[in-house]
Amino acid sequence: MKAVAAGLAACSLLLAVSIVLAQSPNSGKAPAAAAQGYDPAIYAELQKAPEKVRRRANPLENDPDAVAAGAILFELHCAECHGDGARGGKKGPNLRAAEVQAAMPGAIFWILTNGVVRKGMPVWSKLPEPQRWQLVRYIKSLGGPAPAAESPAPKP
Amino acid sequence: MTSVLRLVLLGFFLVFVLSVFCTSPARAQESPYIVAYDHYLEEPGNLEIEYFSTVGTQRAGNNFHAFWAEFEYGATAWWTTEFYLDGQTTFNDSTVFTGFRWENRVRLLEREHFINPVFYVEYENKSGADKILKEVEGHDVESDFLVSNAQARNDHIHEIELKLILSSTFKGWNFTENTLAAKNLSNSPWEFGYALGASRPLALKASTKRCTLCPQNFVAGAEMYGGLGDRRSFGLHDTSHYLAPALGWNLPSGWTLRISPGFGLNDNSHPFLMRWGVSREITGFGSMVSRLFGGRK
Repeated sequence: MKAVAAGLAACSLLLAVSIVLAQSPNSGKAPAAAAQGYDPAIYAELQKAPEKVRRRANPLENDPDAVAAGAILFELHCAECHGDGARGGKKGPNLRAAEVQAAMPGAIFWILTNGVVRKGMPVWSKLPEPQRWQLVRYIKSLGGPAPAAESPAPKP
Repeated sequence: MTSVLRLVLLGFFLVFVLSVFCTSPARAQESPYIVAYDHYLEEPGNLEIEYFSTVGTQRAGNNFHAFWAEFEYGATAWWTTEFYLDGQTTFNDSTVFTGFRWENRVRLLEREHFINPVFYVEYENKSGADKILKEVEGHDVESDFLVSNAQARNDHIHEIELKLILSSTFKGWNFTENTLAAKNLSNSPWEFGYALGASRPLALKASTKRCTLCPQNFVAGAEMYGGLGDRRSFGLHDTSHYLAPALGWNLPSGWTLRISPGFGLNDNSHPFLMRWGVSREITGFGSMVSRLFGGRK
């Protein structure tokens, strides 16, 4: 009985700790500010992609269905953090930002594959490679910043 | 004891109801494995609630239905913690609660590599009547389950289990190898086991419309698992082994269904295990709990 109570107490404690950790900046909550603003530091991870990977061409560059399929994948897997239409959300930054749009497809693919684990973005290599390239096509299709009416201007 | 368990179960039920009504589900991309683990962890702040069932055949005894609930929470992108409640029904005998488990998986490397290691540590507090066969270790054999529930329940087991999960993804395939070492804390030798798995989605590209029956929503594979003896008698003698094809179906609504018929590979194994499971991933669970306690909106 004592062991059961101790076990349950330990589990409760760990659950509480893990929930607190999930709220901490290291687990991805800090980008909340970046989601509304355009803090360039958030996008610095793109620069960490190795040169060889960055230069990889998107094999689905000419696939007419890739953007539509990528939009559905984004809604299913990414919008939770990066917001509807990739405009930035509670956890993840705006992917319409110039830093992302100017990045090479290979760099975005690298981020999707490896995540930014320290900052709360999980690895997405669980999605097959073609699906990750479909996501890259969708993200790159978003072009420049969203219209002002849809995306509030960053606070100074 | 019973009242504590009732309270715990009621608590989890309330959490489940709150989760369903207060947060949105995420579409999971789960592997079909039931025993083996790959290196993918739960997304941070998400809770996955899972129910699994195993119906096993028993020679010279009563068949059984073992079941367990899992509550899997992504504490961070590199740490997933999980709580289990286990039970079983032995036909022509009784239904018993058999214990709980608390499991943690930690990703050891920051980035993806050809082989991705994950460290797993679990504490188990269970009775001897446990039959979920979530892992096979040491000299676990079919005849262990011949004892009646009333007698088996008197045996209390406190066990620490360690695993090294090595998982790779290559051209859409996932290959995983789990090495297991378990120690009953009441003066028993270390026991060893293994689980191997391979799986692949039926289609690698996503389709252009949301669909339930699209091939990319199905992941097919197989897993093999068994015991490797203990510290005093390491090896394959007096051990049981299973081979189990597995199919996972990830629905766009956030539900995942898994089914896996398992076949015993030697005379020490149960001839047949029918496993299935259903799970639902709840996004933003951590934020919801935080808000309940006055955290950041």
